[in-house]
Amino acid sequence: MRFRRPGPAPAADDVADPGRGIELRGVSHRYGDRPVLDGLDLTLTEARIGVVGANGSGKSTLARLLNGLVVPSEGRVLVDGLDTRTQVRAVRRRVGFVFQDPDAQIVLPTVAEDVAYGLENQGVPADERAARVAEVLERYGLAGHADHPAHLLSGGQKQLLAIAGVLVMRPARIVFDEPTTLLDLVNARRVAELIAGLEQQVVVVTHQLDLLDGFDRVLVVDRGRVVEDAAPGPAVAAYRALMADR
Amino acid sequence: MTLALYVPRASVVHRLPAGAKLLALAVLAVALFVLPTLTAAAAALLATVAVGLLVARLPVAVLARQARAVVWWLGALLVVHALTTDLRTGAHVALRLLTLVVAAAVVTATTRVSAMVAVVEWLCAPLRLVGVRPARVGLTIAMALRFIPVLVERADRIRAAQAARGGSPRGVRALRTTVAPLLVQVLQMAHDVSEALDARGADDVPPPRRRRSPTSEVPR
Repeated sequence: MRFRRPGPAPAADDVADPGRGIELRGVSHRYGDRPVLDGLDLTLTEARIGVVGANGSGKSTLARLLNGLVVPSEGRVLVDGLDTRTQVRAVRRRVGFVFQDPDAQIVLPTVAEDVAYGLENQGVPADERAARVAEVLERYGLAGHADHPAHLLSGGQKQLLAIAGVLVMRPARIVFDEPTTLLDLVNARRVAELIAGLEQQVVVVTHQLDLLDGFDRVLVVDRGRVVEDAAPGPAVAAYRALMADR
Repeated sequence: MTLALYVPRASVVHRLPAGAKLLALAVLAVALFVLPTLTAAAAALLATVAVGLLVARLPVAVLARQARAVVWWLGALLVVHALTTDLRTGAHVALRLLTLVVAAAVVTATTRVSAMVAVVEWLCAPLRLVGVRPARVGLTIAMALRFIPVLVERADRIRAAQAARGGSPRGVRALRTTVAPLLVQVLQMAHDVSEALDARGADDVPPPRRRRSPTSEVPR
């Protein structure tokens, strides 16, 4: 299915600096009058970064800032030096995003068509597209479902499909927003193993603290601010202490 | 509920271009009305079923499911004609419609949604002159096919949640207690889907006729 005409790669890619990672400079954000993030200054270069926090703490908004789904009310977010405010297309080619609810992320009727969707948007030629889709479906155990209606998949398979739809685009970084919240233990473990095996830089927003084992860095977000920024052990301990006081 | 009727098989019918199959369907529809005999309609039905089962190698259940969906309408047509004209005319009309339904089932079961949508996009190409983007029309159709079953699932879930709490609303009350929460969920989902489209590069390439200004890079 050709939803988009092939187009030239954004010129902004030429000036990107992959070594810089993701930078948040003086970032605040508000929805109307309601502040959700306040004065964040972060540089994210580690391979595995977790974000934890209570419901409504601002962590999902923080995740959405990283690929330009949300533009900060104040400050700048830079991905490899590219500003999400002015170079959002180039940013989104570099930062994939996996949502909590795969039903909202799967946009086309069958499994193979949905995986191909992002590649069509990037103008990838049909032959290469088919090969990349087949490879990703095979890798994540969905090859036998290529022509199946997406809505007939199980919850775990839908989440795998949502992830496959992002991975096929080969982004350098992937943001996961609570990827295991709707899954049973087996599927949550499968997704956790998948995330652990990724080559890309990964930022995971989660309530499932086990998922953060082996991560390089964990941010604890509370009331719009990063109140702890440490290795998983101390960060999770700080988060538990914070929640125990509520 | 399934709207995706494609049944993968390695058959000649499957390999035919979607446009050719849709054209054949249109020709069949016209022919059935141009050749107004019961024998011609019966022969067309037999031929269509033969193509579906023997050439395309579709399961009987696929064609039967589509035929079952209209059987009451066909029965009603037969009765109306029996009362107002004659039974033979009624049988002819019913047979014609049944043939078209089975033929449409053969086309949808042997054609991927993407191929169908590509034909729609091709047909919409002249509308570019008035600013319509055919790719967007195709995406809209494909997304409708994707999300109708999702919405049915959500409505079922709302009804189940109400039933679990002892509710089984009907009539106007059902409208308020089912449609209102469904509408809220649909709006929330529409927002989530728009974010997903953005994240997957839906706006990656500017429209063909008019390039956007740099300020349009800022997402909603």
